[in-house]
Amino acid sequence: MIASTSPSMRLPALVSNRRAVFGLVLVGLAVFGAILAPFLTPYTPDTPDFAALLTPPSAAHPLGTDDLGRDLLTRILYGARVSLSVGLFSVLSALAVGALLGSMAGYAGGWADAVIMRAMDVIFAFPSILLALAITAVLGPSLGNAILAIAVVNLPVFARIARAQTLVVRGLDYVEAKRAMGFGPANILIRTILPNIAAPLIVQGSLLFAMAIITESYLSFLGLGAQPPTATWGNMLRNSIAFLDLAPWMAWFSGAAIFVTVLGFNLLGDALRDLFDPRNT
Amino acid sequence: MREFLLLRVLSLVPVLFGTSLVVFFLARLIPGDPVVALLGMEATPEAIAALRARFALDSALPVQYVTWLGNILAGDFGRSIQTGRPVLPLLLGAFLPTLWLSLAATAVSLAIALPAGVVAATRRDTAADYGASFIALCGLSMPSFWLGVLLILTFSIHLPILPASGYVAPGEDPLAFARHLVLPAITLGTALAAAVMRMTRSTMLEVLDADFVRTARAKGLRRRTIVWRHAFGNAQIPIVTLLGVQFGQLLGGVVITETVFSWPGIGKLTVDAIFARDYPVVQGAVLLTATLFVLINLATDFVYTLIDPRLRLT
Repeated sequence: MIASTSPSMRLPALVSNRRAVFGLVLVGLAVFGAILAPFLTPYTPDTPDFAALLTPPSAAHPLGTDDLGRDLLTRILYGARVSLSVGLFSVLSALAVGALLGSMAGYAGGWADAVIMRAMDVIFAFPSILLALAITAVLGPSLGNAILAIAVVNLPVFARIARAQTLVVRGLDYVEAKRAMGFGPANILIRTILPNIAAPLIVQGSLLFAMAIITESYLSFLGLGAQPPTATWGNMLRNSIAFLDLAPWMAWFSGAAIFVTVLGFNLLGDALRDLFDPRNT
Repeated sequence: MREFLLLRVLSLVPVLFGTSLVVFFLARLIPGDPVVALLGMEATPEAIAALRARFALDSALPVQYVTWLGNILAGDFGRSIQTGRPVLPLLLGAFLPTLWLSLAATAVSLAIALPAGVVAATRRDTAADYGASFIALCGLSMPSFWLGVLLILTFSIHLPILPASGYVAPGEDPLAFARHLVLPAITLGTALAAAVMRMTRSTMLEVLDADFVRTARAKGLRRRTIVWRHAFGNAQIPIVTLLGVQFGQLLGGVVITETVFSWPGIGKLTVDAIFARDYPVVQGAVLLTATLFVLINLATDFVYTLIDPRLRLT
């Protein structure tokens, strides 16, 4: 792969990468479905239809219906809204807070560094699903708490990267120059350091997006995410287990929605990482 | 090297301290009276008074924490609200099924991932490489509960050859134990296999480019010796690192897999306790899992020094 220094030079390389394009198509499909859900289906996600309980895929219901006669395609389209917004908000807030904490630790050093990074080590000391589970269990099951829990477990990843990058950037001439000009630490951190350490954080963010969607589906699957009747891919799959022998399509399609979307983000994240990783030159 | 390991062990102290703080405060964050949370609504006034005294709930928070930690260190994790039985034996009873499942999942994943990773690296940029890499990415993207459900659909419902759920102790009936273990082990092992395969491939690619491999080739050694003895031998360190990290994540993954397959391990115990609002059990299970996770990461660091003679000498 060609090494280039400016992001604008990298875009054509991204488009010429087949993996990235395939990933973009899958992610685009999910985003498109989530945004246009009401226009893509004549049904609503939560209204039961007792005349159409557990019907297999047909012309009227391309992916079949569930135990309350709700159209599965409709519920999957609306479920995409939950998965994508949880992914987006949890990763963005983890990125923002993690970047700030990590760069502060790296720039200030000393006891601030020690306190922040030991706290991050503690979060890292829990398997991520378990910690997310414990947080939502304590705060109560809801969409907002699922976002919070997933953001917390991802915090140390961003903080560690931000700190390591800040340690590199801190000693560079342009930072020294700003310091000599009398700018304060807050100004230097936000105006100079953060923009210069953004690239690896964004790449990591795209990889964690996939993880966040899977974690949300695990929480919903266990009954700790957004509560019924809200359709989420995880609670649809949970619901399908009671009807595995009667209506296996319920399990096929809700799981496939998670799989395809996560695969899309993984493909995209991998391609971005290869592009930004100087070792791949 | 000895100093490094000593420092590494010492660095556990603040982490384990912080972990216990988190678990302690998680229980305090539960809305409502912790005594009611710990004893349930039907507790007698005597039981409430006894618990208040035992956990020093009327004293300041630091005192409460020290009392709590003292009890834990003495092996007293409290009693389950549901059953009234002490928590520690519950945890120990659930530990073995989780251990069997994690070991079986690791074995499944290594059996798939190491050969696949080595083949992908030695046939770089061929159809075999692309195929293996794409399958690994699919494995990483596969939500484990979906894989579990698909396996149940296929092997327990359509072709009823394996049990869909449950557990039989290996001492009771080894064959039934193995039959119950197959589907959960594949479910849990798949994500791990995908990660290990990717790491094996990329490390092997680096090592195969190294000078000593070229020397081995120039000496006219057999290809198999070069690939497995020289290259793979030197590719093990990053793989072991990853395996250590992933084995810890496996402890989290068991939560999902055990729930799908009703496997009576730590993960299922945790989830059941969460829904029963059985906080002493939740606390104990989370603390035990986090401690194991930290210790496994430490063990990984020790294993490096065994594999890499350079680290032993310095």
